[in-house]
Amino acid sequence: MNGDPSCPAEPEPRHDFGLAEYRALPGIPDELIGKDGIGKNGQVRPLWQPLLDHLGAMSSTDLNRAIDRADLYLRDSGVIYRQYGTTGSQDSTADSGSDSVERPWPLSHLPVLIDESDWTRLSAALIQRADVLEALMADLYGPNRMVAEGHLPASLLAENPQWLRPMVGITPRLGHYLHFVAFEIGRGPDGQWWVLADRTEAPSGAGYALETRVATTRAFGPQLLGQNLFGQQVHRLAGFFRDFRDHLLAMRHDPGALVAILTPGPWNETWYEQAWLARYLGISLVQGEDLTVENGRIMLRTVSGLQPIDVLWRRLDGSFADPLELDPDSRLGTPGLVSVLRQGGLSMVNPPGSGVLETRAMMAFLPRLAPLLTGEKLALPNIATWWCGGEAERAAVMAAPEQMILSPALGTGLPYDRQDSPLAAASLSPAALREKLLRESGTLVAQEAVTLSTTPALVGGKITPRPMSLRVYLARTAQGWKVMQGGFARIGASNDPAALAMQRGGAAADVWIISPGNVSGETLMNPRPGDNTARSDELPARAADNLFWLGRYVERTEAMVRLLRARHGRISESGDSSLPLLAEVNALLARTGIDPDAPVPEELLANIGRAVSSAAQLRDRFSADGWAALKDLDKSARRMAGQVWEGSDAAQALSALLRKLAGFSGLVHENMYRLVGWRFLTLGRMQERALSMAGWLAALADPDADPGGIEMCIELGDSVMTYRRRFAMSGGRGPVIDLLALDPQNPRSIRHQVDGMMEMARTLPGASQDGRLAAPARAILRLQTDLATLTPEALDSAMLISLQARLGEVSDLVSERYFR
Amino acid sequence: MTIYNLRMDISYEFARPSGAGRQHFRILPASLPGRQRVLGSTVTLQPEPGELGHFTDFFGTAVVEAAIPAGLTRLDLSLEAQVERLAPIATPDLSANPGQLAAELAAIRMIGPGSPLHFLQPSRRIPQVEAISRFAAGALQPHPGTSTRALIERLGLMLHDYMGFEAGVTDAATPPAQAFAAKRGVCQDFAQIMVGGLRSLGVPAAYVAGYLRTQPPPGQPRLVGADAMHAWVRAWGGEFAGWIDYDPTNACFPGADHIDVGMGRDYGDVAPVTGMLRLDGLQEGRHSVDITEAE
Repeated sequence: MNGDPSCPAEPEPRHDFGLAEYRALPGIPDELIGKDGIGKNGQVRPLWQPLLDHLGAMSSTDLNRAIDRADLYLRDSGVIYRQYGTTGSQDSTADSGSDSVERPWPLSHLPVLIDESDWTRLSAALIQRADVLEALMADLYGPNRMVAEGHLPASLLAENPQWLRPMVGITPRLGHYLHFVAFEIGRGPDGQWWVLADRTEAPSGAGYALETRVATTRAFGPQLLGQNLFGQQVHRLAGFFRDFRDHLLAMRHDPGALVAILTPGPWNETWYEQAWLARYLGISLVQGEDLTVENGRIMLRTVSGLQPIDVLWRRLDGSFADPLELDPDSRLGTPGLVSVLRQGGLSMVNPPGSGVLETRAMMAFLPRLAPLLTGEKLALPNIATWWCGGEAERAAVMAAPEQMILSPALGTGLPYDRQDSPLAAASLSPAALREKLLRESGTLVAQEAVTLSTTPALVGGKITPRPMSLRVYLARTAQGWKVMQGGFARIGASNDPAALAMQRGGAAADVWIISPGNVSGETLMNPRPGDNTARSDELPARAADNLFWLGRYVERTEAMVRLLRARHGRISESGDSSLPLLAEVNALLARTGIDPDAPVPEELLANIGRAVSSAAQLRDRFSADGWAALKDLDKSARRMAGQVWEGSDAAQALSALLRKLAGFSGLVHENMYRLVGWRFLTLGRMQERALSMAGWLAALADPDADPGGIEMCIELGDSVMTYRRRFAMSGGRGPVIDLLALDPQNPRSIRHQVDGMMEMARTLPGASQDGRLAAPARAILRLQTDLATLTPEALDSAMLISLQARLGEVSDLVSERYFR
Repeated sequence: MTIYNLRMDISYEFARPSGAGRQHFRILPASLPGRQRVLGSTVTLQPEPGELGHFTDFFGTAVVEAAIPAGLTRLDLSLEAQVERLAPIATPDLSANPGQLAAELAAIRMIGPGSPLHFLQPSRRIPQVEAISRFAAGALQPHPGTSTRALIERLGLMLHDYMGFEAGVTDAATPPAQAFAAKRGVCQDFAQIMVGGLRSLGVPAAYVAGYLRTQPPPGQPRLVGADAMHAWVRAWGGEFAGWIDYDPTNACFPGADHIDVGMGRDYGDVAPVTGMLRLDGLQEGRHSVDITEAE
């Protein structure tokens, strides 16, 4: 806008973002406008003034740019969650994501502002609640005093799928059950905070909270994260993660053991977040199938053998964690995991069965249980709940049905979620309600209908009051529970509280805890002296497998594209698609399952899809840029399909794909740290490249093939210039075989690939023992020796085909040795 | 009082070398004060497992845990045990009227392994089946309002008449609905159907796994290996009567011929072999039980 002297900018008018018209909804407290209980009536709360001033100084362009900056950040970082279809959620038997789609993280751009002193009080109350839940967990999986003394109905456990009987009597080796919990909280009509739901099973979203913070700061924080924002200080989130990571590391009994996040895998709703957290915290990300049990310990299958794991942060449903003792239908678990917990060989955050605390009916009893468990009354109320198994409770529901929502007693969904099909008590006739209460009795709870405070959200450039709830995270640290100084707010898509759910169009907003003083500016990335550092360099066998195949699929895609492009190039030059050479090319294409007549064949798209699936499994060890490049390739190829014609049009489109492929390969090759993982990726690429070249030469450079085949091989091998320089005068098969198969200096030659494979294989874990090479390296060495001693004449088509078979064997040997 | 020598052999043969796996075996006789005492027991695995351990599960069943190494072509498991079993003393019927059970259950403040509350709801392998519920309701018909024990016995007799005992028609994974529709099955099917029927009547019912000494016909020598792993039903007759065992396969209240291993909500809780290896449809395996009275 400024800085261009030749064109004096006319100041753009300020954008009216709707402050003058902003009104709190009748009878509902609002975060921005003071009302009883929050601030002064009808006045903007001073807390918001600096942000409002900042907004007020913006033009429409400024505001759009601010919003775009945030969205661009989320898009470029690939922040997504997975939205399930209609038929269910995380399923123990589902191993494909066919029923779900990836969605960008829905950001509501305006943050929710909360005063530090309010937050401090709230934090203390939530810490107390976490302590109550810890004590309840210890009782439910221990002496069961609350049931025995009649404070809690036994049926709430006996019939509860979240109460995992095999976990009864297993005490955690460090004394505490709960290490990471979250609370969904909201403000009631009187402006006071209350708890809407306890999240103790495997709370998700902490990573999203941090990404939401970064995105929001891009939009409205011109300064960097955590610095002074509009004259105020906003509390930072990094310290919370650092302390929790230190706690996870300190929970190890064996300092040489690994700490890992246990994930259900890439089809889980929040897989992105799990991979992100593993990367951010520098710990491993493992799936149940990566683990095995040995001598009372959990071991990770890595390419360098079994490595012990001492602490698992569980993001997998507890009942799926061990098919031997928990859900026998689980395909995501590790047989023997419960046994390891029983023997004290592992700390788990949180142990399987912690989900029982999320049971909705528990909220009816928690206010009474708290003093019995910890000697203190709850400092923060939860949403009023009546368990309909009691006569007095049923009478209470009958007396005031208009405020009551009925839902399953053992449900764990959020109050505004429709997952448990809540029913308004008032929608039934008194007789029908009485009948339902008696019939369903203890399987039913009634909860006070949720009304939530509103907060300003930008809707069409204007601020509009929208209902909100907050998710707050608590982590156990060396100093006890620590509350994340922020979190994320769910913002409703409309005034209906049900519209808070993201699956129903709700969005997430950042939460700024505003401090009058200075806040600490620490980050996770700059560890203090003496910080524990995590070991996450152990490459799980499954990840190595995926890397190897990612390399192969990407290279195979490139080979397909090159061959297709060469075909269309010939067609456009000659205008004749029935050239004899093309028949040979078509046969080559058909052998890889490609329909030669389709300009962007189905099989090419499928192959790119396989590369994307492999990469999706590797999100924790992949840069956001690499992932974005691969997704871009996928999208472009799909867009081209059906839009390009045979001949020059297709050749051009394929050239564009080739450049995108080069972009991806470049990113990976240039940016990936040269650890074991990179070697597997490279090994896969080189092996596939050698395979393709051997196939091309065998078919197109055969003495019986069309003479044009030789030239096409040179083109496929990207070696036109080298060839002309070296063999300006001569021609024929010999020099071409020499250049494309035997020349170690040509980066496209078979020999070059095999040399590279040997280099990779030599540096893989356990590549040689007592001076003897492992099987994969031995096989590669034999290939290398043969190629080094062959003459171009001796390398005939039959031998090229046998070379292909031997390359295939190398792949099998690598799988056998490293991926099992 | 009878003292038995119990021997069980299970062997698996693998067409291809097996992968490594972790197994649980629920085969050890239980110690039940006043009813059953284990004088000694030994479990042997050939070849020796990588790890061998023991624990007691939630419902009190002793579990042998073994890590099976990879590459086996054959695995033999044997159990030898000496068990003292006391014949139950005949007691007067103290069981509650079935109509009173709900109120008694609502007052229960116990959630330990013996609590009837675990056994009232449908379970993974014993879902509610309309046909079985209808059948079970028939047991209420002739004499409504009598004791729960009488109800248990009537349902057991009805089921024994209705179902035919036939091995090989069903396997360990057969759902009760299917065995009931086929009117045929083995002790596991009888027991699971009866458990489902009792639960539909509001009577808590557990599935019991154990061994059975089968009586030889008079004058004939007892056949070695004719004894089998067995299953029966344990139903709750109210606070006074407590648990009442019933064997629908043999239409009797179990006596000294039955040897307990453990109880659970259904077969899944007390399956003799869980893990990679199973006992279902043992095509490549053999399984034999031999029970003799100690001299």
